[in-house]
Amino acid sequence: MKGEKIPHERDIVVETVSRLMIPFIQLFALYVIIHGAGGPGGGFQGGVIFGSSFVLFIIAFGIGRVGKRIPEGILTLLTSLGVYIFAGVGLLCLIFTIGAVQYLNYGFVPLTSHFEENRALCMDLVEIGIGITVMAAITSIFFDLAWGRSEKEEERQ
Amino acid sequence: MLSIEQFPLLIVVISLLSAFTILILGWLNEKFSCYISIATVLLQFIMSILVLNHVLTVGTIHYWLGGWKPPWGIEYAVDAMNAYMLVTLLFLGLLCAVYSKKNIEHELPRKRVSFYTIYQLLITGLCGVVVTGDIFNMFVFIEIMSISSYALIASRGKIALKASFTYLIMGSIGACFFLLGIGFLYSVTGSLNMHDLSILLSPLYGNKVVQAAFVFFIVGLSIKMALFPLHTWLPDAHAFAPAEISAMLSGIIIAVSTYAFIRVAFSVFTLKFIMMYLPIFDIICWVSIIAMLYGSVLAITQTNLKRMLAYSSVANMGYIMLGVGLSTSTTMGLTPALMHILNHAVMKGCLFMVAGAFIYKADLWDIEDFRGLGRKMPYTTFAFILAALAMIGMPPSVGFVTKLYLIIACMEADQFIFVVAIFVSTLLIVYYFWRVIEYMYIRVGDGDDKEVEVDEVPTSMLIPILILGVLCFVIGIIWLIDIPLPLMDAVNSLFGLGVMP
Repeated sequence: MKGEKIPHERDIVVETVSRLMIPFIQLFALYVIIHGAGGPGGGFQGGVIFGSSFVLFIIAFGIGRVGKRIPEGILTLLTSLGVYIFAGVGLLCLIFTIGAVQYLNYGFVPLTSHFEENRALCMDLVEIGIGITVMAAITSIFFDLAWGRSEKEEERQ
Repeated sequence: MLSIEQFPLLIVVISLLSAFTILILGWLNEKFSCYISIATVLLQFIMSILVLNHVLTVGTIHYWLGGWKPPWGIEYAVDAMNAYMLVTLLFLGLLCAVYSKKNIEHELPRKRVSFYTIYQLLITGLCGVVVTGDIFNMFVFIEIMSISSYALIASRGKIALKASFTYLIMGSIGACFFLLGIGFLYSVTGSLNMHDLSILLSPLYGNKVVQAAFVFFIVGLSIKMALFPLHTWLPDAHAFAPAEISAMLSGIIIAVSTYAFIRVAFSVFTLKFIMMYLPIFDIICWVSIIAMLYGSVLAITQTNLKRMLAYSSVANMGYIMLGVGLSTSTTMGLTPALMHILNHAVMKGCLFMVAGAFIYKADLWDIEDFRGLGRKMPYTTFAFILAALAMIGMPPSVGFVTKLYLIIACMEADQFIFVVAIFVSTLLIVYYFWRVIEYMYIRVGDGDDKEVEVDEVPTSMLIPILILGVLCFVIGIIWLIDIPLPLMDAVNSLFGLGVMP
């Protein structure tokens, strides 16, 4: 198993503090993501905060235990999903109006009856997409750094 | 109805979505990745031809993203030059994707999915640079294209990592200069749209900040396009990348940087600024002459075929930039430069693919090991000879057409010394390509009067090589009978070039 390669000492203080902190970090990340359309913040910053909560989780509980819960494939899938949302919302404008308006013209996505409300909702959707991608990318970069290259190759064989 | 006006944008978006589709589907089955990539680039290529047709018959496409008017929103502006570059780059991109199917299976068997993902991102970046009409957007796409090319060069590991790192450092410095230039312009005008900038800048040409910005653009993009004193990243990067990436690097990536330079010089700054305030094109001419001779001389000293071709790229960037440098003082304007961008893409694409075929079949890198290849791989070496003759400039090949137009341009500008330099560089090209052909056909190894078995590369690799080899001559004839001249006239009239000052 990949987890047994890296020795990990359990520390009750670090684990308890992380258990308490992580939900709040994640809540704050979601706030930053949603707040991005109308003020400072946004998908990238929120995504980094969300990703850093996973980093804290890995540091506190050891990479072996976390690695089993978050396999690499899921992270790849989430990275792609975020980009799909990001680019796809723009394409929805083209699809719903059959090419009559421009890409990214969010007002024409028929989510609600108001033009401006549609625009605001779609901007939030785009921010969520960016947030998912950044979160997954940060976590997978941290996994790549934490697991040595040689172990990754062994794991594939 | 989906109009052609939407196509410039769709070319970029489809490519981006396809990159991540490859990542997901390739995770299920590696075989999908290649076919998705080929299908996407084929679709993009068809769209780009429709865009070119639309631009030539109807006029420039202005696409406002999100419906915001240009000085505030991002604009995609596609005129004759963009459309021409778009078709060129997607054509070579398509052939490289077809070629890479077998080659990548052989060279990077475990990295196929990530290879095609990054390849598709590279195409996204290249298309984005070409279609955009917003200067900051152009910077972002230049970075997408550069970062994906660093990753693709590094994909072979080992020595390629060093080459990629050198390119990373040099490319980042170039990007910083470009960004500084944008920052200076923004601080003076408060706008990022190219058309808007060109209007706002015209009363400010005497301003030192504007002039410094122009110099930053020149230096930054010269690094990206490997103009002579700043070319040091190029030989290693070209030599150690996989063959199709070498072809893209040499034929397209540095050419797209040249496009960015032409766009910034003539669309953001105008002909008037270059002629009156910063007459830098004479220096560019001389630097390109040095690049032509220096690249050719160093190509002679190389023993490795791909390195030799890489130095030849340095020389060919000299040809393209000589065309740009002379553009203000002749009646032909940018025609020789734009012509050589396509011609160089076709010739170098073919030559690098042939070099890759030798590596694929027998792991042959050095020219001296090529003994007897002429009989072993007849079709591949035939394509090599076609492309080599085109490089030398045999009529009616593409190389001949470029040299003809360049020489006429030099004559018009009264620069006879440039004509001499073109002839000298042609002689040097004859020398270094003849050496390769001599080893392939004439100097055969010991005891080889026996029958040699024909041992060709797979068909999916051979077809792109042969298409490009034949196109070296077909495109030359097309240029000679003046079919694409309306396109070139459209580009020149756009920038106010092509009339004697």
